[in-house]
Amino acid sequence: MTALHEPMVSVLGTTAVLFEAPGAEMTLETQRHIWSLAREVERWHEVLEAVPGMNNLMLAFARPPRDIAGLQQRLLEAWDAVPPTALQGRLIELPVTYGGDGGPHMADVVAHTGLGVDDIVELHSSPTYPVFALGSHPGYCYLGGMNPRIATPRRQQPVLRIPGGAVSIGGFQTGVSASPGPSGWNTIGSTRMSFFDPTQEMPALLQPGDSIKFRIEKVIR
Amino acid sequence: MIEVITVGALTTVQDRGRYGCLRWGVGTAGAMDGVALAAGNLLLGNDADGAAIEVQVFPFRVRFHEATAFALTGADCDATLDGLPLMPWSACTAQAGQELRLAAPRPGPARSSRAYLCLPGGVDVPLVLHSRSTQLRGAFGGLDGQPLQRGDRLRAAGGMAEMPSGMLGQMGLVPPELALPLKRDGCAAVRVLPAAEYSRYTADSHAAFWGSEWKITPQSDRYGYRFAGEQPLRAIAPMEMRSHGIVPGVIQVPPDGQPIVQMRDAQPTGGYPKIGTVIEADLWRLGQAPIGSRVRFIETTWDAALDALDEVQAWLADAARQIALHRRTRSAA
Repeated sequence: MTALHEPMVSVLGTTAVLFEAPGAEMTLETQRHIWSLAREVERWHEVLEAVPGMNNLMLAFARPPRDIAGLQQRLLEAWDAVPPTALQGRLIELPVTYGGDGGPHMADVVAHTGLGVDDIVELHSSPTYPVFALGSHPGYCYLGGMNPRIATPRRQQPVLRIPGGAVSIGGFQTGVSASPGPSGWNTIGSTRMSFFDPTQEMPALLQPGDSIKFRIEKVIR
Repeated sequence: MIEVITVGALTTVQDRGRYGCLRWGVGTAGAMDGVALAAGNLLLGNDADGAAIEVQVFPFRVRFHEATAFALTGADCDATLDGLPLMPWSACTAQAGQELRLAAPRPGPARSSRAYLCLPGGVDVPLVLHSRSTQLRGAFGGLDGQPLQRGDRLRAAGGMAEMPSGMLGQMGLVPPELALPLKRDGCAAVRVLPAAEYSRYTADSHAAFWGSEWKITPQSDRYGYRFAGEQPLRAIAPMEMRSHGIVPGVIQVPPDGQPIVQMRDAQPTGGYPKIGTVIEADLWRLGQAPIGSRVRFIETTWDAALDALDEVQAWLADAARQIALHRRTRSAA
């Protein structure tokens, strides 16, 4: 990770601005600060939507302001002014079948980490993972808190299609795909939970501040 | 009712886009050429949020099962109605049983890539998360979340028989690529605002980025355009990014140094370094740029980028005035 010593604000064309929190590590404490900032700036009339990323926040404009420097300054001031808040989220338990056809890259994680399948399953299913942000595709959650011992680099060639519910590891992160699509991550298991229903007013099952616990349903060796 | 007779890959129903849903991981989607879509809606007297059929592979043919007005904007595709030629950027009326055919976009320096078929009141598909745009990755929006297939039938939300008065004859607009041309050294161009990682590229990379032509490779679609240049862009030092929000127009630089511009179906987050962003006011130009063509990137400023948005709005306002005038003239006749 390239460390930032000061918060940084940059423009994404005239569509949005990106605020990046300082710090070398991705932490839950910083993410709580990001959530507070999101809640604060979403009230600003120029802002259509405040979208948390991983220790950063994108503000999509309802209408881009003429005085962009003024907005950037207000953003930095708001960061200093708002206290981090711990969101009172829900805990969702996901039953996972590890390995087998639903976990085609388990062998690659074994090869990279030098750990056995049982150790990997144990280390992956032990933590309670906070949802930091949603992104990538509808309903997809970026999770914090994976044990670094099972970190495995992203694949050299992305897989063209992984199914919805695929549980995978990409670098130091883990996540669950919400719908079929391409992925560069290592898929180690599968779950049948449905994460996204576009017919609902709140279409995503999970929100930032919620948590995921993976429950071992089955291990196929 | 219209029926799709001949259709190529990734012909979709699109409106202005789906806004306010990035927090759920839902990208914007929407028409690749928002100006052509807006003009088509104006020609029919539709609201600005009307959905249209975006055609990017040709030929494309539909049959009208009842009399209806329609508008065609975007790429000039030598459109014919039962063999009779139609003016580009115009509205007219089809009778029941007539067939509309769009051929390959006309070659030449102003060649565009995507055509929009607009119907009175917009294409009648359900609103999903406040938009009718097809969300291909999420498989929702548009017609059942899928590209159009042969045999699909679509209705106009305004009803086929409701034709705006005075729109029965043809009137054409001067397309924005002629009214708002943008070139650099004879090459098609788009304006770019530098992004967060711009200063972390080498001076040679900056010179190549602004100074050379970039070719749109065949690996380009509604998700993004992959460009190829003679000199790849090199960072001063490798960068490891945290996943963050991105928008259509963001120019990412993957490890091979050949830039990728995110387009309308871009995912809402990304992790590659960003050298710049094609400004919102110029995204329609890129949406119409053909695969294999070359593009120059022009550095711009925040104020100039907002002025450019105002110019697009002014062109649309002028188009609206011309259409209103034409309607009054015909009603009086």
